Amino acid sequence: MEAALTIIVVEQDRDRAMMIVDALRDAGQHRIAIIGSGSGLARRVAETRPDLVLIDAGDPSRDELEELTLAAGPLERPVAMFVDRSDQGLTRAAIEAGVSAYVVDGLRSERLRPILDAAIARFHMFARMRTELAATKAALEERKVIDRAKGILMCAKGIGEEEAYALMRKTAMDQGKRLGELAQALVTAAELLR
Amino acid sequence: MTPLALGYVPLLDAAPLVVAREMGFAEEEGLSLTLTRAASWSQLRDMLDSGAVAAAHMLSAMPVARALGLGGGTGATEVLMVLSLGGQVIGLSGDLGRRIGAGFGDPVALGAALGRSPLRLGVPFPFSMHALLLRYWLSRAAPGLAPQIVVVPPPRMAAALKAGEIDGFCVGEPWGSAAVAEAGAQIVLTGSHIWSQSPEKVLAARKGWGEAAGPLLRALWRAGRWADAAENSATLAEILARAEYLDTSALHIEPALQGRVADQLVPDLIHFHDGTANFPWRSQAGWIGAELAEAHGLNPGAAIATARACFRSDLYRRHLAGLAPMPRSSDKAEGALEASESLPAVSGSLRLSRNRFFDGAVFDPAPAA
Repeated sequence: MEAALTIIVVEQDRDRAMMIVDALRDAGQHRIAIIGSGSGLARRVAETRPDLVLIDAGDPSRDELEELTLAAGPLERPVAMFVDRSDQGLTRAAIEAGVSAYVVDGLRSERLRPILDAAIARFHMFARMRTELAATKAALEERKVIDRAKGILMCAKGIGEEEAYALMRKTAMDQGKRLGELAQALVTAAELLR
Repeated sequence: MTPLALGYVPLLDAAPLVVAREMGFAEEEGLSLTLTRAASWSQLRDMLDSGAVAAAHMLSAMPVARALGLGGGTGATEVLMVLSLGGQVIGLSGDLGRRIGAGFGDPVALGAALGRSPLRLGVPFPFSMHALLLRYWLSRAAPGLAPQIVVVPPPRMAAALKAGEIDGFCVGEPWGSAAVAEAGAQIVLTGSHIWSQSPEKVLAARKGWGEAAGPLLRALWRAGRWADAAENSATLAEILARAEYLDTSALHIEPALQGRVADQLVPDLIHFHDGTANFPWRSQAGWIGAELAEAHGLNPGAAIATARACFRSDLYRRHLAGLAPMPRSSDKAEGALEASESLPAVSGSLRLSRNRFFDGAVFDPAPAA
């Protein structure tokens, strides 16, 4: 039985962090800590003396972790980006999933594999959720703007809802614009003229 | 059209890449550019290492640090051209600025006023011109100060200052002005007050790719010339402000493009073209190598030699022959020019811009024989 590893998950969003931790628990008995990105990240990570740090590849705080690649003291082990190491397949999978791993000097690849596999699967799921959420949110927002624009037209021209909608659709088509774009322009103009 | 993917970090000095795409300079060279935005320099480096992008807008010290074995990253990276000079803005918290009566634009007086009190300064990356300029300035103007230089992602700089995590910063625009607006920071210097000609961003590519970089280099050179022209600053600000690039208001970008920061006019604030701004001088690389060596306890002679090899002035000469004026030497004495001057080029003449360090030092390393 090998000693448990200390893993840090850098993630500001509590729910996301817990989902990563759950996935990692299935990958073995390890000590897992969650650290929010922001204020003094490098110092807080270094204090925990982790074997492995997992962070969203697109997290702007990643540059703070770069300081950890330089050992500050003689007893400290520097970390390296996982991409700096040999396992090409795993590296590519991690990059595609959008997860970055910082690994302490000397940690063997086979000990990392199950942990990284679990993290990669979870980040793929996040990516799908994010796409779905963004699409739903954009659709909802657009619906709201179109409704407001419709209201403005009905009020200004004294026409009914269907007529207002038809007018907007026709104008959008004539100008080669999306309905949402046209509605936004109308709402912005109405706010300026108010 | 040849498709080509480039990476950048959304900063004002990504302008040459954005202009090459938006103003048709890339198209003229038969290139169809895709620009991919990175949220951090680490992510940008991943993109370059993994081949997701062919070349990238990068901090000038990153390829050199890589060659010296500092920090992360896999393969060797080379500098094909310099994209911008200067553009760094140095600010202090409003409290500290008032306490020491900080003025603007005087590195010597400011160093003396800072004295020996503990000082934490934020920079975007450990291996950056920002960090090197701060070290260079403070070790000479405020000896004994021993500043703590920490990495703070630029979008968080204002918040870090407000929260008292840092006492000041050195960062590129528009983030310096953002710290003034959001955290009451006081801008006290620009990078050009420390070194009037510091290479800030470069075009970096994986070793070997530069052999075929001719069309891109020509497009970026013309884009830089367009971006540097004063009459284009309003248009440039509008383009950079778009949601797909910096996603901000043009009002936050235009002042710096006109050389204005903190209501002061700084003639050498940032350049994309001026003089020989794009030429990757071996001596610039040498300076970066020497400074990194000093900061990280490496052998300076070896570091300078390794650094010099990263800046591919030979490829620049080959790809831009007949378009850009070429100096007769790929080295110059950095810091030795009090005023701009014309001198004979390989053909015709070229203009070298004023090149001074605040302390009057000259960096002129003898190339290894």
